[in-house]
Amino acid sequence: MAQIRIENLRKSFDQFTAVEGSTFTIDDGTFFAMLGPSGCGKTTTLRMIAGLELPTEGKILLDGEDVTFHRAAARDIAFVFQLFALYPHMNVGENIGFPLKCQGMARREIRERVQETARMLRIEHLLSSKTSKLSGGDRQRVALGRAMVRRPKAFLMDEPLGALDAEFRHLMCGELRDLHDRIKATTVYVTHDQLEAMSMADQIAVMNKGRVEQIGTPQEVYDRPASMFVADFIGAPPMNFLRFEGGLRSGDRAVSFHDTSLAVPEIREDRASAPLALGVRPEHIRFADAGAVRGEVFGAEYLGTTQIVTVDTAYGRVAARLPSSASVRIGETIGLEFNAERLALFDIGSGLAIRTAIGEGQRHG
Amino acid sequence: MTAAATRSTAHSIVEASPRTKAFAGGLVILYAVITILPLLWIVATAFKSQSDAIAYPPKVIFEPTLEGYVNLFTVRTRQTPDFIAKLPPPETWYDQLVRKRDMVIAGPSKVVPRFVNSLIIGFGSTFLAVFLGTLAAYAFSRFRIPLADDLLFFILSTRMMPPVAVAIPIYLMYRQLNLTDTRLGMILLYTAVNVSLAVWLLKGFIDEIPREYEEAALVDGYTRLQALRKVVLPQAVTGIAATAIFCLIFSWNEYAFAVLLTSGEAQTMPPFIPFIIGEGGQDWPAVAAATTLFVVPIVMFTVLLRKHLLRGITFGAVRK
Repeated sequence: MAQIRIENLRKSFDQFTAVEGSTFTIDDGTFFAMLGPSGCGKTTTLRMIAGLELPTEGKILLDGEDVTFHRAAARDIAFVFQLFALYPHMNVGENIGFPLKCQGMARREIRERVQETARMLRIEHLLSSKTSKLSGGDRQRVALGRAMVRRPKAFLMDEPLGALDAEFRHLMCGELRDLHDRIKATTVYVTHDQLEAMSMADQIAVMNKGRVEQIGTPQEVYDRPASMFVADFIGAPPMNFLRFEGGLRSGDRAVSFHDTSLAVPEIREDRASAPLALGVRPEHIRFADAGAVRGEVFGAEYLGTTQIVTVDTAYGRVAARLPSSASVRIGETIGLEFNAERLALFDIGSGLAIRTAIGEGQRHG
Repeated sequence: MTAAATRSTAHSIVEASPRTKAFAGGLVILYAVITILPLLWIVATAFKSQSDAIAYPPKVIFEPTLEGYVNLFTVRTRQTPDFIAKLPPPETWYDQLVRKRDMVIAGPSKVVPRFVNSLIIGFGSTFLAVFLGTLAAYAFSRFRIPLADDLLFFILSTRMMPPVAVAIPIYLMYRQLNLTDTRLGMILLYTAVNVSLAVWLLKGFIDEIPREYEEAALVDGYTRLQALRKVVLPQAVTGIAATAIFCLIFSWNEYAFAVLLTSGEAQTMPPFIPFIIGEGGQDWPAVAAATTLFVVPIVMFTVLLRKHLLRGITFGAVRK
């Protein structure tokens, strides 16, 4: 098992920069998710860690050892691909045993290790099947088995559940996390699906345009987004941004939002007057006649336990998550009240969060 | 939709109607007859006597003889009946066959060495073209190569004119290099012509193989070449088989260069067959016999690789 350290890692293809100078450490035994939209550089970062791509600049350290230019096979890392990449000309057992065969292990030992791995994944009964006959979930288990059988220092997974249907993905999320808890291997997991990242990861790195925007636990990333991008990318529906202009002083507990004063968590930095955004999660909005922000109900989306109500206000369209029992009429004018302790503030110019009592402790990438 | 409504539809969009199927089947059979008939005629002519072979109207029913094959494999001299009568009795059936025509066998003809030349040059150049083509196609498919598109176009451009257009320069070049009438020369020439086809065909096939397969192998401990040999090649077998057949057919049938560049030692079958001359002109049964034997290896090769060839042609249609 291993700690992975990335230092100033950069990768460019001709004129295009895929990954831009990120530095972070993945601790031993962590389930680390890299989350971001497609093209954000997460897969390229993963491939550099694996040795399938060489960085333009920077270093990759495995347990303190610089492996930046080691070839893939010399790193003792296992990779799980989205398309599973099971060899079609081998059966399940041969697929799982393949990495050991590459190492030249004795046949009897390979058989034992394959058996043991298959038992762990509950696919013993499939060992002599053809891979083409397997279901998506079983293929994924075989791919995992092929990764596990070698007992590598770390697992790298590139959207391993991306090719499964929604129902199965949920099941495999649980299995993957369970497996991680049992073998405690450092795992780097790339996904664009925030639900996968949130439900499995110990740490999430949110990436955008080649940069790591924020690294934190799922709670930190959700509750204390470091930038407007993170706030917008995580959460469904995403955080609402209400624009206003104003200056801030450290110690303030309220901001002047257009004509009214809005309570916010204690501000921890001074700012000259600039365009700002008030960030509100949909679940931190209540309907109240006395609410400072007023608007007209535009529509409601029923989701079972809750409903998402969209309201047109003078500062843009706002989504609120209300109990499904609340009665809402389209077109009616209502007041919105925010949960003051959970509000976030952003500087629109830089897109970064402004330090407040709840924002303390976040790490910028 | 109800059953009645289904029945009221004249024919479905996906399933051809019986009439369409019958028509299509008829066309296929007609085409098969048109293409197979000349082959059958050649096979039959090989068993005809000289006079039956050139009879008009053509004889469909005739008395079969092995004279054509005997003439193909032997060189004979005409003798007087007195001389033949004085000889010891014929030792073999073909001696007997030849003596009936007042001739004796003087020795073997050159057909066997020519056939061996064809085999060595045909399969040798096919192997080289496919081998080089696979490596080049893999590189073009997987690595970032500066000017890759220009290089690929350059490779393709070598096929934009008929190879014979450069026959004279090649002849001069070969004379300078002492490659005329050598097997090596012919293998190199056919390889050069075929390798462009091989690169383009194989690149298409290798592009279709997800690179994750070999990347998985790279991570699991293989070197790049091991991954190519043990992971990529087994999956590219269909493409390689299809390419090999195309290359072999070209080099096996090639006539113009063979006439120009070979005359003795390295002569292949195509320039040899037309000059099988008997007494008083072309020995048609012997020519037909040679043609029959000439077709056999390519038919065998194609039949052996047929399974792969069919999959090769439809490859990429269905994502596995």
